[in-house]
Amino acid sequence: MERPEAEPLGASHSCQTGEAEPGTGPAEEEPGGAAAGTMMEDCLSKKIEITVSEAEKRTGRNAMNMQETYTAYLIETRAVESQTEGQCSPPDSLWRRYSEFELLRNYLLVNYPHIVVPPLPEKRAEFVWHKLSADNMDPDFVERRRIGLENFLIRVASHPIICQDKIFYSFLTQEGGWKEMVNETGFQLKADSRLKALNATFRVKNPDKRFTELKHYSDELQSVISHLLRVRARVADRLYGVYKVHGNYGRVFSEWSAIEKEMGDGLQSAGHHMDVYAGSIDDILEEEEHYADQLKEYLFYAEALRAVCRKHELMQYDLEIAAQDLASKKQQCEELATGTLRTFSLKGMTSKLFGQETPEQREGKIKVLEEQIHEGEEQLKSKNVESREFVKSAWTDIERFKEQKNHDLKEALISYAVMQISMCKKGIQVWTNAKECFSKM
Amino acid sequence: MPHPLAASSSEEAASELTPSPDLLLPRSFADKDLSLPNGTPVDTSSPASSSSLLNRLQLDDDLDGETRDLFVTVDDPKKHICTMETYITYRVTTKTTRAEFDLPEYSVRRRYQDFDWLRNKLEESQPTHLIPPLPEKFVMKGVVDRFSEEFVETRRKALDKFLKRIADHPVLSFNEHFNVFLTAKDLNVYKKQGMALLSKMGESVKYVTGAYKLRSRPLEFAAIGDYLDTFVLKLGTIDRIAQRIIKEELEYLLELREYGPVYSTWGGLEMELAEPLEGVSACIGNCCTALEELSDDMTEDFLPVLREYILYSESMKNVLKKRDQVQAEYEAKLEAVALKKEDRPKLCLLFRRGMALPEVSNSSIILTVTSLEEAGRCEPPKIEVYLLEETKMSRLVGTVFLFWCPEYCTLEWSWLILRTFRWALQKCPVFG
Repeated sequence: MERPEAEPLGASHSCQTGEAEPGTGPAEEEPGGAAAGTMMEDCLSKKIEITVSEAEKRTGRNAMNMQETYTAYLIETRAVESQTEGQCSPPDSLWRRYSEFELLRNYLLVNYPHIVVPPLPEKRAEFVWHKLSADNMDPDFVERRRIGLENFLIRVASHPIICQDKIFYSFLTQEGGWKEMVNETGFQLKADSRLKALNATFRVKNPDKRFTELKHYSDELQSVISHLLRVRARVADRLYGVYKVHGNYGRVFSEWSAIEKEMGDGLQSAGHHMDVYAGSIDDILEEEEHYADQLKEYLFYAEALRAVCRKHELMQYDLEIAAQDLASKKQQCEELATGTLRTFSLKGMTSKLFGQETPEQREGKIKVLEEQIHEGEEQLKSKNVESREFVKSAWTDIERFKEQKNHDLKEALISYAVMQISMCKKGIQVWTNAKECFSKM
Repeated sequence: MPHPLAASSSEEAASELTPSPDLLLPRSFADKDLSLPNGTPVDTSSPASSSSLLNRLQLDDDLDGETRDLFVTVDDPKKHICTMETYITYRVTTKTTRAEFDLPEYSVRRRYQDFDWLRNKLEESQPTHLIPPLPEKFVMKGVVDRFSEEFVETRRKALDKFLKRIADHPVLSFNEHFNVFLTAKDLNVYKKQGMALLSKMGESVKYVTGAYKLRSRPLEFAAIGDYLDTFVLKLGTIDRIAQRIIKEELEYLLELREYGPVYSTWGGLEMELAEPLEGVSACIGNCCTALEELSDDMTEDFLPVLREYILYSESMKNVLKKRDQVQAEYEAKLEAVALKKEDRPKLCLLFRRGMALPEVSNSSIILTVTSLEEAGRCEPPKIEVYLLEETKMSRLVGTVFLFWCPEYCTLEWSWLILRTFRWALQKCPVFG
């Protein structure tokens, strides 16, 4: 009796999760990773330069013929070759709005289930400290979103697989009719409605440990980053307060300087330094907002990571269902062939009550079942293959993602530290200046 | 016959006029508000005095260690619990080479009340000097624990500063009350001595605290007054800002304390990033500690200085108030003089300086009468009796001071002068 193959795919690899050993250099990477590396060479971002250079507020009519205001973003693309040759050709440019970016991403999500699709910047400002407006027409917000969208496009364009997508390419190059083109691909039909049912859980018998861990990780990552962002917003709030209160010194010092003869000048300029100090916080927090945006990207990446896990789960679930189905059919077939009843079934009862089936009938049934079993085996085989493929490519991309994430976050942390240092330096500078003023008095 | 002239022998009058270091002498003429308070040289319009007032403020800190011969420290606070009250005493240690002190070293225990007594005494005996301020006496009950270590330490520091400022003061450090404060075993004896006078003083202080309308405050003092008002206002604002900053910093600290651990939680999730994330977390931890130190330093070092100077300006205001009071009294007198002036043009004509008395035909005695216009400014009018001798040298034989009083207007001046003349003759053996 052959048990159907329904072991978790790639379970054999689970013990050697590649990223565990930091020593694992790129040379020892799985072939998929190496392939991705070579593909990087000819990905779209090397060939063209993508910028989202402008944002513009527009008013138009939507499908319901209702007045609406939205922001459109100008995407400029320029071939890299032409630039190196020196003849700077004018860049191709076209306008897209946020909803079109969303459509593009949805399309990518459906068509590349095994890819950790780069996330879009937030639709509405979240985790902001009080001074920032939550209005999504706010110029600062629009500006940050413009940077985010540019980043999204560059990330997609530098991804070894999805950068080759035709729809993506035409998103960059073809202004009219793009929407229709996307809809023609019928990606919405392919979208598994079960994926959308977020709360549904599929009980997978043999979950892949790696994916379970990954899912767990993405949950944790999401919660920790969102916590971090929330606390950071509060920290920024307080810091803003501390700095701004120093601004009052500026005012009082200059008022005070009016009544002092010897100390007057010193006080006046010390007050000026205090004003500078209070004013510097605006720049600092603006810069910090950039850091927050980088973290936010990974907050949304966690969601993308989870989507991949979920798809894997779903696939595993389908596989297990198919295997189960096959197994039960095989059992039925066996029962019919041997005539013994393993279980006390309704069928057994009816056969007892209404007499034995004729051998012909039985033969017919066995035949049908055997056919179904054959079909099921085929199906299982193909599902197994599909699943294996999925795991392989998904894992390749996850590895790629992890690398990217480590690299990006390291960069982000470094620039954060640099920013903090420069902020402290500025502070020290201001206080040194103030000290000089005081000691001159 | 309690006539002002009769009562005032020349010696007595003279001693009254010399600035006395102690104001506690009974003021014989105080009831008749014709005399200026003793001991206050009338320096209303002297610019030197106002600037020296300011200089003294700055001088306090500038005294270099070499010239110091009096060292005072306040330390070792102790809590005393009695049936009636609970209080803290501080040890006041003195080391000195000054001759005014019998021993080179003293150590006494004093409580806040004693410091308060000292300050009051200094204020009474040195009305023209700026007395360094004491820390605030009144703390809101419930808000601050008066016996908390923190509060006692802050107060100890302030008291220490208070005594050091006095000890370094060129004038105040020689004050006898200060000496008593530093040396006496039991201060209560001295405290009781002053009681009666103190209550009297209290009254007079109460009397003067009513707002008077000064006709014209001299420019310098008006400037200082305005300066002080603004100064106190600004320092108060700075104090409030500093407190606000400390409050904000504490809140920031709270958030920061939460912020750090989030990074280490995250670090726990990551493999490669674990170390940098832990680093960030540790770094934020360091920032927390540093920030905490910063706000502590600010509370301990910055705020007390601000407070001290706010209180300093209060004592300066008190000095100005006293000056105002003096000026008010003086102005009242001026007014009275002005009123009387109209009644006395004749007299003024009669008694010009150096005019011989009509009764003395041989002109051997000349009464010099300071004319009322001249006298009105700062001194009581006086009559000087000169004896004109054969040698034509005049000799001053006596001075009669006329103290201005309401009765003057009804006095017969000829009679007055006759009396003076007679007195002069008696004094003068030549005519005897």
